[in-house]
Amino acid sequence: MLEQILFWLLAGGAILTAAMVVLPPVGRNPLYGALSLILSFFFISGLYVLLVAHVMAVLQVLVYAGAIMVLFIFVIMLLNLSDKELGQSRKTTAQFIGVLAVSAIAVKAIMVVSSATGSKALMAADAGFGTVDGLADLLFRQFLFPFELVSILLLVAVIGAVVLAKRRLT
Amino acid sequence: MTPLLASMSQTAIPLSWYLAVALILFAIGTIGVLTRRNALVVLMSVEILLNAVNLTFLAFARHHDNMDGHVVTFFVIAVAAAEAAVGLALVLGIFRHNRSVNVDSMTALRN
Repeated sequence: MLEQILFWLLAGGAILTAAMVVLPPVGRNPLYGALSLILSFFFISGLYVLLVAHVMAVLQVLVYAGAIMVLFIFVIMLLNLSDKELGQSRKTTAQFIGVLAVSAIAVKAIMVVSSATGSKALMAADAGFGTVDGLADLLFRQFLFPFELVSILLLVAVIGAVVLAKRRLT
Repeated sequence: MTPLLASMSQTAIPLSWYLAVALILFAIGTIGVLTRRNALVVLMSVEILLNAVNLTFLAFARHHDNMDGHVVTFFVIAVAAAEAAVGLALVLGIFRHNRSVNVDSMTALRN
């Protein structure tokens, strides 16, 4: 029962704060949107803990809420956009139709998913499931090559970010 | 919708609830990408999309009792970090160029 209460709190919080990023009243100022997104990442990491993915929950807080969102907030404050530069948010019919279509697809997908997977509760996990031990075993044996490729990807991204941010585009 | 409602009386949480949360988050992120015109908010919506996918991977990993989904999530987080770094550098460059982060004003490649 406690698990269910936790799930509803975390899921509701994650959806509410994620919606606040997108919806105009709060999300109009990107800084408030970013702070709300950090809260959303914390709620989602709580959901990861309920899924016995403890390493991923820690990485979510460290990398997403810690590193990536600090970068976002740094850029938002660096740009320091005024209300004029933010511009009027245009409301077009195409946007409205897009929102309606996405909502319809989401509702349909939830119905299909819930009828396909049924209401069978998740089984108890193995002893080593979700631990650092289990993840390291996979990462450094079975997925060693993709793991090394990711390090090259991060190196390329760092070099690309430095080159892009340094050059004067005039 | 009936299995979703019927499962509320059980004690443990079924897979479909996690998938439903991930789908709602994905829909919110898609709406953000489609409707918002601030490039920074669009990038943040992409992060919501990636998180929805991560949640799906972890839910299925738990369902099948197979940790491969955790490895995929690990890679997605790494790619998201790279994407955020390059994306924000691009936004900074574009802002320097035409003093705006509105995606409607990015028309340099249009002939």
